[in-house]
Amino acid sequence: MSGLQIDNISMRFDLPNGGHVQALQNVSLDLKEGDLMSVLGPSGCGKTTLLNIVAGFLAPTEGQIVLNGHQVKGPDAERGMVFQQGALFEWMSVRENVAFGPRMKGQNESQYGENVDHLLDVVGLQDFKEKAIYELSGGMQQRVALARCLANDPDVILMDEPLGALDALTREKMQGLVLKLWKETGKTIILITHSVEEALLLGERLLVMAPRPGRIHKEYRLPFAEMGVGADLREVKKHKDYAPTREEILSMIWDMEEEIMGRTEESA
Amino acid sequence: MTGILILLTYVAIFVVTWVVVTAVVGRALQGFNALKTVTFGDESAVTPNRSASIISVLTLFLIWGAFTGSALLPSFLHAPGPFKGDTQFTYTAEDGDGNRDDAIVFARVAEVGTDVEDPVAEGADEGFAKNDVVVAGAWRSELIRVDRNDEIGRDAGHKVVAINGEPIEPGGRVKIADGEVGMTPKGTLNFIPAKGLQMEPIWLPSPEAVWQRFLNVSTEGYQNFTLLEHLGYSLFRVVLGFLFGALVGIPLGYAMGLSGWFRGWFDPIVEFMRPVPPLALIPLVIIWAGIGESGKIILLFLAALWIMTIAARAGVSGVNITKVHAAYSLGASKWQLMRHVIMPNSLPEIFTGARVAMGVCWGTVVAAELVAAEVGAGMMIMVASRFQLTDIVIMGIILIGIIGFGIDILMRMAEKKLVPWKGRS
Repeated sequence: MSGLQIDNISMRFDLPNGGHVQALQNVSLDLKEGDLMSVLGPSGCGKTTLLNIVAGFLAPTEGQIVLNGHQVKGPDAERGMVFQQGALFEWMSVRENVAFGPRMKGQNESQYGENVDHLLDVVGLQDFKEKAIYELSGGMQQRVALARCLANDPDVILMDEPLGALDALTREKMQGLVLKLWKETGKTIILITHSVEEALLLGERLLVMAPRPGRIHKEYRLPFAEMGVGADLREVKKHKDYAPTREEILSMIWDMEEEIMGRTEESA
Repeated sequence: MTGILILLTYVAIFVVTWVVVTAVVGRALQGFNALKTVTFGDESAVTPNRSASIISVLTLFLIWGAFTGSALLPSFLHAPGPFKGDTQFTYTAEDGDGNRDDAIVFARVAEVGTDVEDPVAEGADEGFAKNDVVVAGAWRSELIRVDRNDEIGRDAGHKVVAINGEPIEPGGRVKIADGEVGMTPKGTLNFIPAKGLQMEPIWLPSPEAVWQRFLNVSTEGYQNFTLLEHLGYSLFRVVLGFLFGALVGIPLGYAMGLSGWFRGWFDPIVEFMRPVPPLALIPLVIIWAGIGESGKIILLFLAALWIMTIAARAGVSGVNITKVHAAYSLGASKWQLMRHVIMPNSLPEIFTGARVAMGVCWGTVVAAELVAAEVGAGMMIMVASRFQLTDIVIMGIILIGIIGFGIDILMRMAEKKLVPWKGRS
């Protein structure tokens, strides 16, 4: 059995005052190899918790994650992770960062060198490979993070708002890069985002989650990611279905946010 | 009095050079800062004015030289020195019957420690009071029993009633041309030559005297050890004590940052020992280990240990959790995480701790040597102070300062080289 199964996951955090928070309740998903899924939802809907469980940083209180037929017990190189920022190692050069995974496996330069250089080419950082991390712009740093993740050849790539800290222009370029990498490598990708547009563009499947308890609200299957590969993303946004879908999801999230606000006001 | 004058001189030089330099050079802002219109309150626009730094150091030496009569300065810059040379004053004596007679005291004032001939009494000398001669040292005073050579002694009712015509009583003082004449409760005259505003060398030697002493001590040594040995021993103790402290403290700090048992076990010890000043441990260390090398090194080890432990612990605690997560999901093992993420990530904190520890160790070693040692920079100045060798004391203080500053500069250079990413992530 291949692919990634998220099997009836529930996550409950106990609070020091005796209460508890149901961060996730009965979340089930089935991802095939090569799926590109974006996850949207108002804050507090448990999307980052879900990602941390899939990555193996947290154990769910109920349910299990199964990847390629075996249960996930902890973090592993088969599930690569791209963080919003701050995950690169400042004491290493760009190239050393990208080569980190292979080096941890005990490979030497002759084994990983070619692939690392190829990946640096793919993300357009060949000229910067000897630079220090703090000499790079935010967008370049995220390209290093992508390349570092790919150098390990993981089965699944988990992205936690990878483009959230970038300015609008850089973000658009990076979205193109993510689509390109997805198509070229055929990896399964789960991408968490706050931006509805990004979720539409980078989600073959788009998952909208609802808060309290965190659960799946609705899933979409969208054509935009496929259209966006190698194309101008601004052209994709002109597609006749794009704007209506965006409005539908936006108002869905707005309703959830208002419901949260209402609830907090009641309790206050 | 002199202190206030020195302070006023200092403030005057500060203000005058500020006004003059600003007028000559113009506003000190350069480059982009020169284009800023809002500079007052903008910290980034405040850069140290290097001419001010140079003038500041020169001023210190100028004041030092001026108030010690330094030969490095032209004499018109000197503060008035003590009176030296010949002077004289008249005293009026009264015998038991109320008869009065005047006589002259010829005084010669010279530097202490030089051979001086007695001045010669000149002129007519009639009546029962006879002229006296006296030799006094500059900055000192001299008691004069004027009645000794007079025809009537003190026991026969002789007493001095006036100096230069001004009445004087026991305990009183009268100003004369080049100083003062006082009278003790028993009626003895006390000649106090004018001290001027300069400092006496036993309180503050001139810069060139300190320099001379430096050359002298560096070739001949002091208290059985050469200057290099004194400083070298102090440095050796600091380096060794610090190294031991770091060798134990850093692994201990890592263990406390990574294991709850270690943190729980050592927290009370570290938190208790941290606020104990290392100087407070000196007596105990001397009781246990004596005043030799081992005692000093144990003391410095203890001074460095807690600082390095806390720095290493903070370095581990400061690692961003996303870096740890990233390393694990890239396939790193616990040991690899330690080696490739936690250790390099804690280097900036450890360097900060090392700089603090080196500073504390340097201060502690000097203090420990002040208390008891056979050799060392602190011992050198302590022994010198007992013999009033103020020039060695000042030389020692300057050298201790230079070495302490040098250590910090070296640490900063090493930091820049080894942790270039500090403060940039």
